[in-house]
Amino acid sequence: MSAAALSLTGPARDARVAGLLSRRRKLVDGLVKLLCIAATAMGLALLASILFTLLFRGVSALGLHVFTDITRPPGSNGGLLNAIVGSLVQTMVGAAIGTPIGLMVGTYLSEYARTSALGNAVRFVSDVLLSAPSILIGLFVYTILVEPFGGFSGIAGCVALAVIVVPIVVRTTEDMLRLIPTELREAAVAVGAPKWRVIVLICYRAALDGIATGVLLAVARVAGETAPLLFTSLGNLNWSLSMTQPMSSLPVTIYQYAGSAFDDWVDLAWAGALLITFGVLALNIVARVVLRPRA
Amino acid sequence: MNETEQNPVMAAMQARSSEALRAPRISIRGVDFFYGTNKALKSIDLDLPDRQVTGMIGPSGCGKSTLLRVLNRMYDLYPGQRAVGQVMMDGANILDPGMDLNQLRSRVGMVFQKPTPFPMTIYENIAFGVKLHERLAKAAMDERVEWSLTRAALWGEVKDRLNSSAMGLSGGQQQRLCIARTIAVRPEVILLDEPTSALDPISTLKIEELIDELKQDFTIAIVTHNMQQAARCADQVAFFYLGELVEVGTATQMFTAPRERRTQEYITGRFG
Repeated sequence: MSAAALSLTGPARDARVAGLLSRRRKLVDGLVKLLCIAATAMGLALLASILFTLLFRGVSALGLHVFTDITRPPGSNGGLLNAIVGSLVQTMVGAAIGTPIGLMVGTYLSEYARTSALGNAVRFVSDVLLSAPSILIGLFVYTILVEPFGGFSGIAGCVALAVIVVPIVVRTTEDMLRLIPTELREAAVAVGAPKWRVIVLICYRAALDGIATGVLLAVARVAGETAPLLFTSLGNLNWSLSMTQPMSSLPVTIYQYAGSAFDDWVDLAWAGALLITFGVLALNIVARVVLRPRA
Repeated sequence: MNETEQNPVMAAMQARSSEALRAPRISIRGVDFFYGTNKALKSIDLDLPDRQVTGMIGPSGCGKSTLLRVLNRMYDLYPGQRAVGQVMMDGANILDPGMDLNQLRSRVGMVFQKPTPFPMTIYENIAFGVKLHERLAKAAMDERVEWSLTRAALWGEVKDRLNSSAMGLSGGQQQRLCIARTIAVRPEVILLDEPTSALDPISTLKIEELIDELKQDFTIAIVTHNMQQAARCADQVAFFYLGELVEVGTATQMFTAPRERRTQEYITGRFG
């Protein structure tokens, strides 16, 4: 059809109405854009203010003694060494317990129980766990590991963190495995590979970046958890790496110090907060940049 | 002007020598296939002649890919899919519930529509399948990798980058890698499910030449939507329609003198 024929078949256009509509559209467009920018600016301003305050108060409190000395009574110039090490230990052990479990559950959901009733039930429970208040998880571990064994312990803290890690790893593992095209699985089956080899040698490899990102984000999440540790590892003002004794951790120490009446404790709380924030930030950056899916 | 000059399918037919069909390598007898309760194949009888190419043609949804997936029991991955009947190969029924599927698939290889390189190096892509069925020393494995890549007409293009990722190859190269991966396991039968439909014309031509080369050693079944491809590659052509095998014959007979009107109409493009 020629252009002339087209213009003849269409309705005649009223230039005034068209102009009016166009102006209206531009106005709405501008308004919505303005609202979006304002909302973004507000969010960023809050975030920047948090980070700035944290930097301002934290850096001034930071010193070598924070890393070399353990927590001491107010006024005796203590550090955070036991809290830092305690946090590292509990986070790592928690992730080490939770990751394999999450990985296997995610694999089960994606590879063996995609549509089964049991699979759907497991998926539902895992999703509920994902959004459960972390203080409940702390109380849960308190009733199964603290009360029966007669006291707060490092291992109870690790288990509480592991319980938080599991559903995060389950979700990312399942999501990442589900993204793998059916053709790739069939191709591996077509050369005679049994199912477990397809999963371990092909699927895990194809989904590695995504799963590793999920694990790192889970570690970042539990590194800052306070509530589950309050009822489990409790915190310890002395140096202790014993898994059967109460163990110190940064979030709990911050919680105790920040509310205290002593200026040097409050300063240490700021330093600890700065350390955690930058630790988590670093993990997030690693997760997003280094493990970015390769094109 | 006579008809063969204006018809590219006829031109493709004339470019090749017709050959008598050999003894069957696989005999399909009375095979029905079900997706749940939906019957997708109805009592199929078909022989795949030894070291020759069988082209399977027909409109989408006619069951030709389904039949291909019966031959290596790929459908077994999916609950609810089921085949009954007989598919005889080396005196055994492939559909036998006791069939060792991994071993079957090492004898009946498959190449898919979309290239499916594994997320590993080119070398590992080939070695992956071989390692499942054989224990080879490093030197023997190197030799096997070179042999299969050479047979797949890819060796020259990748011999200097065997240890780089297979994902970096072009689509046509990836598809030839998949063929190399399939023949590395040294199957007897190769199933090709529309192997060139995602490729450009040059890559398509390469694959077709490859098929011609490979049929010296392997029995080949190829599903294709391209009549010219069937005419160029196949010795035997089978036409499927609505789950039935309408007609089967040598390529020459099917494209020059089809017995059934539906075959005639399909290959001349009047429906499908």
